[in-house]
Amino acid sequence: MSLLRTEKLKKHFGETRAVDGVDFTVNEGEFLSLVGTNGAGKTTLVNLISAFLLPDSGRIFIGDRDITHASVDERIHSGIARSFQLVNLFDDLSVLDNVALSIFAREGKTKRIFALADRDAAVAQEASGLLEQFGIGGKAQAAARDLAQGERKLLDVAIAYALRPKLLFLDEPTSGVSTRDKAQIMDTVSSVVRGGGITAVVIEHDMDVVFKYSDRVVVMHEGRFLADGPPEEIRRNSDVAKYLLGTDV
Amino acid sequence: MEIVALQVLNSLFYAAVLFLIAAGLSLIFGVMGIVNMAHGMFYALGAYVTAWSVGVAGSALPPAALFIFLLLGAMAVALVGLVIEPTLIRPFYRRPEEYQLLVTFGLLLVLEDVIRLIWGGTPITASGLVDSLGLVRIGGLPYPIYNMLMIGVGVIAAAAIWAFVYRTKFGVLLRATAQDRRMAAALGIDIGRIYILAFGLGCFMAGLAGAIVVPTQAAVLGMGVEVLVISFVVVVIGGLGSLEGALVGALIVSALRTITIQFWEEIELAALYLIAAIVLLIRPTGLFGKKA
Amino acid sequence: MSRRGLGGVAAVLALLLVFPFFAGTYQTQLLMYGLTLAIAALGFNLLLGYTGLLSFGHSAFLGTGAYTVALMMRYLGVSSLELFILGGVICSAALAALLGVVCVRHTRIFFAILTLALSQVLWTLAYKFFWITGGTDGLRVPFSQLTLLGGLVSFPGADAFAKFITYYYYYVLVVFCACTALMWLIVHSPFGKTLQAIRDNETRARFLGVRIWRYRWLAFVVSGIFTGLAGILWVPLNGLVTPDVLYWPQSGKIVFFAVLGGFRNFAGPIVGAVIFNYLEVYAVAVTQYWQITLGLVLIALVTFLPAGIVGSAVRLGGRLKKKGSEQFP
Repeated sequence: MSLLRTEKLKKHFGETRAVDGVDFTVNEGEFLSLVGTNGAGKTTLVNLISAFLLPDSGRIFIGDRDITHASVDERIHSGIARSFQLVNLFDDLSVLDNVALSIFAREGKTKRIFALADRDAAVAQEASGLLEQFGIGGKAQAAARDLAQGERKLLDVAIAYALRPKLLFLDEPTSGVSTRDKAQIMDTVSSVVRGGGITAVVIEHDMDVVFKYSDRVVVMHEGRFLADGPPEEIRRNSDVAKYLLGTDV
Repeated sequence: MEIVALQVLNSLFYAAVLFLIAAGLSLIFGVMGIVNMAHGMFYALGAYVTAWSVGVAGSALPPAALFIFLLLGAMAVALVGLVIEPTLIRPFYRRPEEYQLLVTFGLLLVLEDVIRLIWGGTPITASGLVDSLGLVRIGGLPYPIYNMLMIGVGVIAAAAIWAFVYRTKFGVLLRATAQDRRMAAALGIDIGRIYILAFGLGCFMAGLAGAIVVPTQAAVLGMGVEVLVISFVVVVIGGLGSLEGALVGALIVSALRTITIQFWEEIELAALYLIAAIVLLIRPTGLFGKKA
Repeated sequence: MSRRGLGGVAAVLALLLVFPFFAGTYQTQLLMYGLTLAIAALGFNLLLGYTGLLSFGHSAFLGTGAYTVALMMRYLGVSSLELFILGGVICSAALAALLGVVCVRHTRIFFAILTLALSQVLWTLAYKFFWITGGTDGLRVPFSQLTLLGGLVSFPGADAFAKFITYYYYYVLVVFCACTALMWLIVHSPFGKTLQAIRDNETRARFLGVRIWRYRWLAFVVSGIFTGLAGILWVPLNGLVTPDVLYWPQSGKIVFFAVLGGFRNFAGPIVGAVIFNYLEVYAVAVTQYWQITLGLVLIALVTFLPAGIVGSAVRLGGRLKKKGSEQFP
C-alpha cells in the first residue's frame, strides 16, 4: 500500500486551474522531487495535502485513511509534516527551543504546566542531537531570528523533521540562499532525511539539485502531471524539455 | 399600531447613526488594515462640537442652519483625523498589531480627557435643534421631524458613500489599495495620500454620527466607549470591512436593541452580545465580511 | 535563573518581609495595593507577553473577584478569606471559560475589542441590577467582618485597622509570592513554551499539530483566575466595591502596568504595577487630568520605549556587559 495517494485532486482559483485532477502516489522510503515552472501547481498540491487549503474535489489518502476533510492537526497526527518556502520559525525562542517544541508536540507534552521545559533531559538531548545533525548545533542558544538565512532554512526543515513524520514535504528548502550554501543545505537535508528513513517530497526549482539528490522526479505543468520517473528518464523526456526549456534544464 | 410605527422610526434613526460609525470603522479597516480603538471618541467629539456650536449660536436658529452644525461637527472631527493619521497611526503600520492597538488605546484615553478638559464633566445638549424643527403626527402621535430628517440623512449618506467607493475614481484607488497595498504602490498610487484620506473619511463619518445623535441625546463622557461597544456588534454581525455589512448590521442591531429595551431594559447590552457571541460561533466573518 | 537573579529576588523578598516594621501603616497599605495589582498584571501578561493576545477587558476579572467577595459577604454571611478566595477563583474561572470561548477563536484585533466589549457588558449589568449589586453606591466589604486562616485571625475592636494592615499584608505577600512562583513555573513549562510559539508563529505552531484556540483558551482561563484573585485580595483593602472596578479605564490601567514595566519579560508587569501604583497616588494629587497623562505616556512608551522599564534596563545591562567584556577580554 502506498504511503500517500491522491485521487483526481482538484483546486481551481476562479479561472486558474492550479491543481487539475492529480493522481499522486508516494511510496514509503522514496525521496522524490516535485518540479515545474512557477504556477505549475506544486505548492498548491502540497498545500492541499497538508491542509493549508481544502480541495474543490478529489480525495487524499494516507495509507488507507481518507484525510480529505481532516483538519491540520489531524493530518499532522496522521504523519504528515512540512517545511516552508518562506521560512516559518519561532523567532523569539532559542534555536534549541524551536526544535524542542516540535518534540514536545510530537510526544503530546505541550499541555504540561507543572514541569520545567528546560529540565526535560530526553527532549533536550534529542533536540541538540538533531541540531548537530543539521549542522547548527553551535547556535542552539541563539534566538532563531539571529540566524543566517541558510541556517534558518535548515532550522525550518529540522522543526518539521523533529516530528518524525511518515511523510515530509519540503517546500523549496534551498531557495533564497547563495549557490554555495545550496549544495551544503541539500547535502545535509538529504543525508539526515534518508538516514532517518523518512519519505520525502521536495519542491524544487533548481534542476541540478533535483537530478543530483532525487530517486524520482515528478514534473507538473498547468496543474497536471507531465512526467514521473527516475531522473535519467526525465532528463530524456522531450515534453519536459519543451515545457521547461529555457528555464532550468 | 402607531406606537410600533414610532418604534420603527426610532430604530431607523439609531440605525443611521450606527451605520455611519460601523461603516467608518470598516472603511478604515478595509483600506488600512487597522482598527482604531479610539473610533468611538471621534463620534463623541462630533457630538460635543455640534452641541457646543449649537449652544454658542444661541436661540435664533433657522432650520436651515441645522445642517451647518452637523457639518461643523463632522468636519472638525475629520480635521482631527487628518492630523492624527500621519503623526500617530502611520509610524505603526510596520509594527506588530499589539502596538497599533496600544497606540490607538492611548489615543482613546487622551481624547476622553481632552473632551473633559474642554467641555467639563456635565453633559451638553442641543435639543434646541430638535425643537425648532417641530413635530409631525403619525396616526395621532407626535414625532420629531428632526428624527425623520436624520433618517433621510442616513439614507443619503449610505448612498453617497456607496457611490463614492464604487463609482468614483478615488473609490477605485481606495478599493485597489484595500485589496493589495503593494500592488497599488507598484502601480504608482500614492498610498500615503489614500491612507490619510480614508482615515479622514472614516473619522468624518463617526463625527457625523455623533453630530446627528446629539440633538436627541446629550453629549456625555463615556459615550465614546459606549458606542464603540455597540457598533462592534454591528461589525460582528455585518462583517468587518464591508459597507453592506455595516448597513445590514446596523439595521439588525438597532432593531434588536429597540425590541430588547421594550421588554427588559437592563439586559440590553448583554442580549446584544449574546447574539454577537452566537454569530461569532456560527459565522465568524459575519454576513458580508472578508475572510481572514 | 542565574545566581545573580536569585540573589536579587532574595533581596527583594527580604525587603518585603521587613517592610511593615519600618514603613508604617499608610505605606504598607499602599504597597499592598501595588502587590495585588501586580498579581493582576501577572495574570494579564500571560496573555499579552507570552501568548500575544492583548486584552482590554481584564477589569472583568478584577471586578468578578471583588464582587464575588462582596456578594458572598452580604448575602451568604461569609467572612473567611479562604472561602472568599475559593468562591472568587471559581467564579473568575467560570467567567473566563465562558468569555474565552467567545473571544479566542478569532483574530487578535477582534480579541482586543471583544474583551473590552464583554467587560463593559458586565459593567452595565453591575450598575443596572442595583438591587443586587448596590448600583453606583456599591457594596461594602469592611475588614471588621473579615477573618483570616479559617477564623484564627479577626479584626474586632477599636485598634483593628493597624492590626488588619499588618496581618493582611503578610497574607497578601504570601499569596503574591505563591502567584509569582506559580506563574514563573507556568511560563517556563512546555505549555508556556507552546504559548510563546503560538505568539511567535501561529501557522508553524498549527503545523506542529497544536490546536491553537485550545491553548489560547487555557491561557485565558489561567489569566482570568490570577486577575480574579487580585480582585479578591483588593476588595477588603478598599473596603468597598463599585461598578468602577469593571469600568474600562481599569482595564486600561492593567494594560499600562504591563507596557510600563515591559511586557516581553517576566518581572516587567510586576514592576510596572508597583511603580504605577505609587505614581497614581502622587500624580492624582497634582492633576485631575490623570487619564490624559496616562494616554500620552502610553503613546510615548509604545513609540520610544517599547521594551518598558525592566526590558530596557535588561537591554542596557546586556549592552554594558558586552562593552565591559570587550574592553577587558
